[in-house]
Amino acid sequence: MGNFYLDTAELKFHLSHPLMQKIVALKERNFTERELYDYAPVDFEDAMDSYDKVLEIVGDICANTIAPHAESVDAEGPRLVDGHVEYAEGTKKNLDAIVKAGLMGITLPRKFNGLNFPIVPYIIAADMVSRADAGFVNIWGLQDCAETIHEFADEDQQQRYLPRIAAGETAAMDLTEPDAGSDLQAVQLKATLVDGKWLLNGVKRFITNGDGNISLVLARSEEGTADGRGLSMFIYDRNSNAVTVRRIEHKLGIIGSPTCELVFRNAPAELVGQRKFGLIKYVMALMNGARLGIAAQSVGVADAAWREAVNYARERVQFGSSINRFPAVYEMISRMKAKVDAIRSLLYETARFVDVYKAYEHIAKERSLTPEERAESKMYQKLADVYTPLSKGLSSEICNQVAYDALQIHGGSGFMKDYPVERIYRDARITSIYEGTTQLQVVAAIRGVTTGTYLSQMRAYEQREVRPELLGYRNYIKEMTDEYEEAVKMVTEVNNNEYMDFHARRLVEMAGNIIMAHLLVLDTDRDHIYWKSLDIFLKIARGENRGKKEFITISNPADLGKYRLD
Amino acid sequence: MYKIIVLAKQVPDTRNVGKDAMKADGTVNRAALPAIFNPEDLNALELALLIKDRYPGTTIVLLTMGPVRAAEILREGLYRGADAGFLLTDKAFAGSDTLATSYALSCAIRKIGLPDIILAGRQAIDGDTAQVGPQVAEKLGIPQITYAEDILSVDNRTVRVKRRLERGFELVESVLPVLVTAHSTAPECRPRNARRLMQFKRATTLSERHHSADDYLAAQTHSTEPVLTEWCAKDVNSDLLQLGLGGSPTKVRQVENIVFQAKESKVLSAADDDIEWLIQELISQHTIG
Repeated sequence: MGNFYLDTAELKFHLSHPLMQKIVALKERNFTERELYDYAPVDFEDAMDSYDKVLEIVGDICANTIAPHAESVDAEGPRLVDGHVEYAEGTKKNLDAIVKAGLMGITLPRKFNGLNFPIVPYIIAADMVSRADAGFVNIWGLQDCAETIHEFADEDQQQRYLPRIAAGETAAMDLTEPDAGSDLQAVQLKATLVDGKWLLNGVKRFITNGDGNISLVLARSEEGTADGRGLSMFIYDRNSNAVTVRRIEHKLGIIGSPTCELVFRNAPAELVGQRKFGLIKYVMALMNGARLGIAAQSVGVADAAWREAVNYARERVQFGSSINRFPAVYEMISRMKAKVDAIRSLLYETARFVDVYKAYEHIAKERSLTPEERAESKMYQKLADVYTPLSKGLSSEICNQVAYDALQIHGGSGFMKDYPVERIYRDARITSIYEGTTQLQVVAAIRGVTTGTYLSQMRAYEQREVRPELLGYRNYIKEMTDEYEEAVKMVTEVNNNEYMDFHARRLVEMAGNIIMAHLLVLDTDRDHIYWKSLDIFLKIARGENRGKKEFITISNPADLGKYRLD
Repeated sequence: MYKIIVLAKQVPDTRNVGKDAMKADGTVNRAALPAIFNPEDLNALELALLIKDRYPGTTIVLLTMGPVRAAEILREGLYRGADAGFLLTDKAFAGSDTLATSYALSCAIRKIGLPDIILAGRQAIDGDTAQVGPQVAEKLGIPQITYAEDILSVDNRTVRVKRRLERGFELVESVLPVLVTAHSTAPECRPRNARRLMQFKRATTLSERHHSADDYLAAQTHSTEPVLTEWCAKDVNSDLLQLGLGGSPTKVRQVENIVFQAKESKVLSAADDDIEWLIQELISQHTIG
């Protein structure tokens, strides 16, 4: 009877971050809902106690229901039956447990039967569900769509759709098409207004959980347009029965999560928000939420991979000793752990930023914010905007590194289907691809480099008070920050966009390493268990950043010619 | 809609025993084992919840006897969908064997009011007697169905139950009221519900409230009817002579630590005769075939 919440002290550690005081007070509007709902908290401690206890339920379901089904779900996969998706048996059981436990509308307000939890505990749940089964977390995590409906749909739509999601109906976000992947401006699915009602026609591809009950669909509502400004967002309800699943993709990993090709034939739909804002406003918001979800998925999968490596190395005996005694093996495993701790700290820092500004956004609909509140909301939004792609980009790449090393620790056995690490390795691969590839995350994150937002954050972290024994680490990080500044200068000075794009990933990764090192210092200040990971990660980060800076130093724009392809 | 009482017991988790599970004197070291909701009682609760799903308006009351901390499983039950809980706790109950326990439980059931269905786990993992459920039925003078795997229907004042037997199953019918004991092959209990947890986490018994300095516990209880009720021996009009050690004819003389040893073994060769013998043996034991 394991429990993924109780066996991972890091989760409760991140739940109990000092900023939670502010987040909970904002989310609970100073605890005024107690009069209306008997399950609303009376104060901060009560709210935190509820998060803790509910996460214990999630940890129980993850360890005892979802994780034990992961292997059979991976082998069985979903099936296409009469144009609809039938989940694998294990997936159905997982969903049943999650719905009965009331874990589908975690962040939704109580008036829509949600739990009204902040993003942080929701992401902790996502972290655990991902560790249990990276495919299942997609189906469960699409409750993010509810957040978008809550933010942008009208009151009547919210009343009709949100309680359904809270009651356990699943969702989907239908964005990608055969010719519109990374470039969503090219979306062709046609929305036409007939007698005051919208009808959708066309094809969507690679749609996760495409046969979900409630779908958010990006479609071209403005005939004759060709760019993002002609796109609007719609809600399609599966009860209309006008969309068929033409195909379920055969994938490398996350096999339990059905990836669908959808055909819309005069499918009735409702417009969400304003016309023409589909891509430029609503999808951007939807994607930011989804990216945070993928960052959580990356952390959970990396955690699972690290655990498999530890367990295997402890049990596997070669040359008369368990292999975890060999430096070549323990070096890898401890690096894996340090990286998992680092990306997890970045994940929850990002989640907190999102929490504060989202809470303000909702409050702003109820009353006007004070100038101080507005300034604070803006600041957190700015941070969330640059931390989200950073977290998604780096944690998905590191997740793949950790999964790679975990399989390596297993040797030949890891290459066989006999151990979970084989599935985890395949599941990890998608994290750096969907919801925007790493290359696209860099496009978003580079703004944090060029505008100096990352740099000012690094300098702000330097000012935070910590125990004296940690100041040595701080000084190393300060040096790294100076080197980063120089590297950024070397690239920006050239004043050549192509050259900037060429080095962008290097600069973003350097920034990420410094920020993660800072976060580990702050974590170690709160709890000594992070000390080892801090020490190990800092050395990895310092080495990597030096290498990247050296590469930038010896590069120049004339090099581009050697790289360009015909 | 029906009235259901589910009998539950808090037990030491003997499923994952470590090396400190037994004390030197051979008794169970309760401190080393986490206290849990007896697994088959959870199956019983799920059978009750399935009836409630089918017949809205059905009420489920949990009844347990044990120390003050046994209230934990009553809350567990509330989180999963039970409507109320009763804790029988009193020094007079200490040392009760199955006979004294079933007497106390039957007194409490009379006090609550005889329901349509009483559900209980087949047996508890700390004693494995499987006696309490049947004895409660006898004391209340109602029929009993043991080893239930499923309750197929409840209608026209009868209940149809699928019983798990060693080599198959049996369908039986009974009039109501009836006592049914659930087998571990009955549906697994649903998880705790997040919202119900937040709603009922402050539901406490009188003794717990006395031992807690928590002020919002007090804030909670004056407004609404408490969902947890605590009763002592007197509250359920029981005869003290039939309770506790004095009311228990069972006397434990000694507990022995038994180490299993292989009884007999037979070495088989790869010859056809030996293999034929083994196959016959496995068929006769119903291991295969």
